[in-house]
Amino acid sequence: MAKILIPTPLRKFTENNATVEVTKNTIGDSIHELAEKHPGLKKHLIDEKGDIRSFIRIYLGDDDIKSLDGPSTRIEENSLISIIPAIAGGM
Amino acid sequence: METYLIKSETTTLKITPEAYHTMIEHGESGFPNEICGFLYGKYSGDEKLITLAKPAENVKEGDQRRRFEIDPRDYQRAEVFALTEGFDFLGIYHTHPNHPAIPSIHDLKQAMPVFSYIILSIQEGKFDHIRSWQIDDQENKFFEENITNLNQNG
Ligand SMILES: [Zn+2]
Repeated sequence: MAKILIPTPLRKFTENNATVEVTKNTIGDSIHELAEKHPGLKKHLIDEKGDIRSFIRIYLGDDDIKSLDGPSTRIEENSLISIIPAIAGGM
Repeated sequence: METYLIKSETTTLKITPEAYHTMIEHGESGFPNEICGFLYGKYSGDEKLITLAKPAENVKEGDQRRRFEIDPRDYQRAEVFALTEGFDFLGIYHTHPNHPAIPSIHDLKQAMPVFSYIILSIQEGKFDHIRSWQIDDQENKFFEENITNLNQNG
């Protein structure tokens, strides 16, 4: 099964698991599957319209899914998907 | 005090002298720009011990004296580094050049749970003070973490 790497600050919502297995065929469906398994993650991953939030990036292997087919990007049996929070700030 | 700041005495943050000096040197050498980096160590219950501060590149386009941004690829590498080297990934540090070490509304908007956000105030190129912050469970306020153990005994 494909795996999603959970960023450290969101592991409080996955019982401290660094990775979660998903069964769906696309990135978008897998992110929704993850959010259903671990409801605390939902507000961090998905906006009111059901889209992936703009504050996070999703990588398939080393590639931003924006450079692939976005949420429709298909995943393989052994894919590693990373959720990457935007880290920024200032004063 | 800003309305999104609250006080708490519950979390303790210890920093080794090595990690502390890395942040200060990075902050001073980067002045007048904001610099940023990753924090690693051990997390046990209510206590965090930071043993490694690792500088990252500020990739913000535009005025780096007031903003910082970390490349998503660098963040991904930082997570992998923690997993492979056996560290807990504890947070992010950045500087406020010529401003106090109080988080801004921009810091709040993008803050993640659990992470420590260390801010160093750098005044005219010289380190002035350090404070650390974490967002609360509702994720709309920062509380301050108590920094201790800044001595040579680690
Ligand atoms: Zn800031």
